[in-house]
Amino acid sequence: MPQEPNSTLSNRKAWRVPSYWPFVIPALVVIAGIIIFPWLFTIWMSMHEWKIGAPTTFVGFANYFRLPTDPRFVESVWHTIVYTLLSVILPLIFGTFAATLFHQKFPFRGFLRGLFIMPMMATPVAIALVWTMMFHPQLGVLNYLLSLVGLPAELWVFHPNSVIPSLVMVETWQWTPLIMLIVLGGLSAIPSEPYESARIDGANAWQMFRYITLPLITPFIFVAAMIRMIDAVKSFDIIFAITQGGPGSASETINLYLYSVAFVYYDIGYGSAIAVVFFIIIVLLAAIMLYMRQRMHWNQTGGAA
Amino acid sequence: MNVRALLGNIGLGLGIFIIVSPAILFFIWMISLSVKFEIDNASFPPILIPERFAWENYTAVLNSNRFTTYFFNSLIVTGSATLAALLVGVPAGYGIARMQAHKSTIVILIARITPGLSYLIPLFLLFQWFGVLGTLWPQVIIHLVVTVPIVIWIMIGYFETTPMELEEAAVIDGATRWQVFRHVALPIAMPGIAVAFILAIIFSWNNFVFGIVLASRGTRTLPVAVYNMISFDQLSWGPLAAAALIVTLPVLLLTVFAQRQIVAGLTDGAVKGG
Repeated sequence: MPQEPNSTLSNRKAWRVPSYWPFVIPALVVIAGIIIFPWLFTIWMSMHEWKIGAPTTFVGFANYFRLPTDPRFVESVWHTIVYTLLSVILPLIFGTFAATLFHQKFPFRGFLRGLFIMPMMATPVAIALVWTMMFHPQLGVLNYLLSLVGLPAELWVFHPNSVIPSLVMVETWQWTPLIMLIVLGGLSAIPSEPYESARIDGANAWQMFRYITLPLITPFIFVAAMIRMIDAVKSFDIIFAITQGGPGSASETINLYLYSVAFVYYDIGYGSAIAVVFFIIIVLLAAIMLYMRQRMHWNQTGGAA
Repeated sequence: MNVRALLGNIGLGLGIFIIVSPAILFFIWMISLSVKFEIDNASFPPILIPERFAWENYTAVLNSNRFTTYFFNSLIVTGSATLAALLVGVPAGYGIARMQAHKSTIVILIARITPGLSYLIPLFLLFQWFGVLGTLWPQVIIHLVVTVPIVIWIMIGYFETTPMELEEAAVIDGATRWQVFRHVALPIAMPGIAVAFILAIIFSWNNFVFGIVLASRGTRTLPVAVYNMISFDQLSWGPLAAAALIVTLPVLLLTVFAQRQIVAGLTDGAVKGG
């Protein structure tokens, strides 16, 4: 008896597999053309001395060896790390808090949620333009708001020390909604029984959040952190439109530097090498996060057992 | 207990107010900037509601004949890239879901992780060799990098949840694979297609990085055109803010009216291109 459904399933699958290929082939062609080919071509170019308008020569890994000795690249890696770390942590905190609020029932909830997600849907360049005006040291509204609460005026994006925190503020404002939506999805999947028994045991709101809600939504917070990390590392529009990597090179991340190398200096070979290394860095960061989750998961089950 | 419940409600209201106000205040300030004359925009302390409204900020932007060009460029690029993505992506999502070819989604994930600039270098050279750089073609093609993965990803997820019974019944009745897809699977999948369509449109419309490299004077899309207003034209804040608002208005309207689809799509895969 247990044999039969198994064999029909595999038979059915074997009969099915070829017949669905025509559905996938057009997309396969497109993806080969716009995603796979560019990747292979990038790797190929990264092994050449390749400048627009000049003959190309094969140089092996020379472009890669150039990277650690290029102070501008090394500096951009540090900027990227600081920028990414802050742009992951801050939206995570605010987004989780916002999700617990939006999980409650209150009037105009759908409408308010719509307003709340507007920053992440709006055109980044348009938003960057308005933020630039708000950051203006003399005429900007932000320094006026600071003066209302008695704080001294800031130079915001116009000073090397405050430019990255200011850009992170925009990034946080823009992407907190995405974290909120993902965590909110996690909250709505939690059953109500644990809360009922906790209430009977006399737990307060903070205890319920700390010992019931938080462990249950941790997987969702993790997914949100992962997505946020990938987007924050690649962040381009906001930085480019507000500071172009300046003042000086104080806010130049890897992505911004890559743009300069490839499309300002037209050093295609070196730019391709940066693109490859940049991709490897993103994959490594994602792998580290996955590893951390594995460890945490292990500890949790170990503690429970 | 009643007092506690009341206090809880007040706390909730306050929390909601605090968390939503940055978004609301920003867009209110954006509108305010866009309807003020330069004198009002340069005044300190800042003015929220001016005595005289500068509607000419808007008419100046809308009446410039280049704006119409850029608007249609955006419309053509986003429209073609989205329609092409639906054309190849919806059947692909169906095929992958029915073949249960989960490993193939790794390509979509790679596309999701890769920075948009990485595609630009090889494709830029390619477009140069083909001599198409002065046209809209490069932008339409490269926007597929944004739209195709979104559509495939969402459609895989959607077709995996649609029931198989109807399709099996149709096969028993002698329908071909294509007929099953066209007349059974596709009509059921319309809500999923709507989600994919809306998200593809938004992320393509908002895209900036492809345009700054590939667009020439006549082929700029709206985000690139707005950016160039900052750098070259030295305009005053009013018309700039008006232009920014006009560019992002279609997306904001979509967000308000198609909120349910957007939320469903974003929480499902959290796709974002570029």
